[in-house]
Order: sequence, then C-alpha cells, then structure tokens
Amino acid sequence: MNQLQNFTKGLLKENPILVLVLGTCPTLATTSSALNGMGMGVATTFVLIGSNVVISFLARLIPDKVRIPAFIVVIASFVTVVDLVMQAYVPDLYKTLGIFIPLIVVNCIVLGRAEAFASKNTVWSSFIDGLGMGLGFTIALGILGAFREIAGSGAIFGYKFIPGDGILVFILAPGAFIALGYMIALVNKIRKT
Amino acid sequence: MAKTESTFRNMALSLTVIALVSSALLGFVNELTREPIALSNLNKKLNAIKQVVPEFTNNPNDEMYMLPTGEGDSLEIYPAKKDDVIVGYAVNTYTSKGFSGNISLMAGFKPDGTIINISVLDHKETPGLGTKMTEPGFKDQFIDKNPSGFELKVKKDGGPVDAITAATISSRAFCDALQRAFNTLQKGGTK
Repeated sequence: MNQLQNFTKGLLKENPILVLVLGTCPTLATTSSALNGMGMGVATTFVLIGSNVVISFLARLIPDKVRIPAFIVVIASFVTVVDLVMQAYVPDLYKTLGIFIPLIVVNCIVLGRAEAFASKNTVWSSFIDGLGMGLGFTIALGILGAFREIAGSGAIFGYKFIPGDGILVFILAPGAFIALGYMIALVNKIRKT
Repeated sequence: MAKTESTFRNMALSLTVIALVSSALLGFVNELTREPIALSNLNKKLNAIKQVVPEFTNNPNDEMYMLPTGEGDSLEIYPAKKDDVIVGYAVNTYTSKGFSGNISLMAGFKPDGTIINISVLDHKETPGLGTKMTEPGFKDQFIDKNPSGFELKVKKDGGPVDAITAATISSRAFCDALQRAFNTLQKGGTK
C-alpha cells in the first residue's frame, strides 16, 4: 500500500467513526458543538500519532505476551501529556471536554490502531496512519458537532445566526445518536456508489 | 533483529523499562506545566472576583478566609476592600443539586447582604439548557436583590425567580448555591 492510500483510508474508506464505528462514546458525548468536537479530535490525533510511532518503534522489542499492557502504558503517557498541556494552555476547552480527555486512554481507536497497524508496520507508515485516522476522526467529530450546534442552538462556533432556541433534542445525547446514524447512512451510500 | 521472546525475564524487563521511561517523561511534563496550570487557575479566580465585587485596592486572594456553612463544610470568602473599607465579599460557593454534578459559583455580596453579581466558575450542566445560567439573561435577575427579602426560589416552587426554560433543576441548584453563600456570610458575621 502506498503512503497516500495509507493516509486517505482514514478519511473515508476506513473512517474510524463513520465506517469502523469505533470510539462512539466520546463521539456522542463531546460533539455538542463544532469546537468541542474538533478539540476532542485534535487531542485524540496527537495521542494516535504519538502512540502509533512509539509502538511501531518498540513492537519488535516488546514480548508478545505483555504487548497490551505495554501499549496501554505508552498510550496513557501520551494522554496524560495532552491532559496536562491542555489544562495549562487551553483551560476553557479543557473544562468543556473534562473527563473525556483522560478517557482517550480507553478509546478503542487508539488501541485498535496500535494492535492492528502500528505493531506490524514501519514507523513512517504508522505515523501516516495515525495522522490519517486522527484527521478522519477530527473531521467526523467536527461535522457532527457543527450539525448539532446549528440544529440545536442555531449557532456555529459560538456565533448565533438563527434566532430562537433551535431543536432541543440535538443538544442532548439522543440527538447525537440520530445525527450520527444519518451521517453513517450517508457515508455508506457514498461508498457504495 | 528477531522478535523478543516471551520469557519471564524479557517480559519483566520490557515492562519495567517502558514504565520507567513513561514516568520520567510524565514527571518532566508535570514539572513544565505546573506553573501555567496554577497561574491559569488563579487568573480564573481573580477574574471571577473582579466581576462580582466593586472596584477594590487590596488583594482579596491574600486575605481569603474560610467560614463554616453549618453543613460540615466551609466556603472561601474573599473580602474586597477599597482604602481599607470593606466594599464587598466574593464567596466561592457550590451546590450539589445540579442536573449533572456540582456547580461552583463566585457570588459577590455587599456588606449588607445584597447580591452584586454572580460568576459561574464550574459546572457540568446540559449544553444549551442548563448552561444558560452563565448568561446575563438568567443571572442578572439576582443583581441588587437581597436574599433576606428576595426568596431564592423558582416560580414553580412559589418564589420570585424566573427559571431557565427546560432547566428548572439547574435554576434551583443555582438558587441553592446562592442561598448557601448568603447564609454562610450572614451567620459567620462580616469581619
């Protein structure tokens, strides 16, 4: 597989949210606005790239029987770094994302890529894979967040352009399920044609 | 290079090394971010105090004292003084009656107990509903009201407070936090 394909597969063909349907818990919880969704996406992308690179580098050195605990330690370290840095420099975003930053540790996308890709491929391919997957995740979360923000409160990036209260259900968790369902249906339609 | 075999020695060794390197890295990052984190927390608090009390010349953070709430807890009181005369108190109050988790407020009171302004420090309310308590539309109705005559109850409970549409629980919780701040300040006496 060439590197371009390797990169673009995360965007649509193997998009972690819309096609693989991994990591739906933080997806549903953090996409209440476009900015929150993208913030979560960027944080996860950083962790994905970091853990993919380190794990592909270490994969041969780590004995198979302890690979999962070793991967988790690497991932948890990156997550804690993100957690501390966000707390220090973007406290507002950190406050809204709250518990979902530490929970990136158990996000199936990160461990999934480590196990399925990084442990079997070169450092460079793993870096590209992490970048592509992370970008796919960020875009999916951004679109979902933007849609929920527009429908739910008539605003985008906090800028209100539709007066009134919007459709309440899209702000709440059930609205996230509904919107995500339609997004997946749409992507399935695009992929099959 | 061949794949490392899963012998006991290799497993113990590799996990130990990974854990050691990770903890060293985390210690380093923690050291690096400790100051900015403390600074951003302090700034947030100072900004909140500035919003809720009249202009002051002292440093309320240095003169902070604790008053017991009478519920086995105590609140932080930040006295604001202008030329050594008390102009107001900022009270860091909380409620556990929020729709999802605790709400923490900075409430400013005049020495006679009249509410000056309120700033929401921390909450986990529903975005778009309960979060409206941070907006002037809701919290401005408390300005210049004295809780001794202005009952801190939403209209549904027979009080004068206009609750946020579809967020009565958050509105009640907001009142609860204010009431706690007011009671504590009154009971503790104004220094």
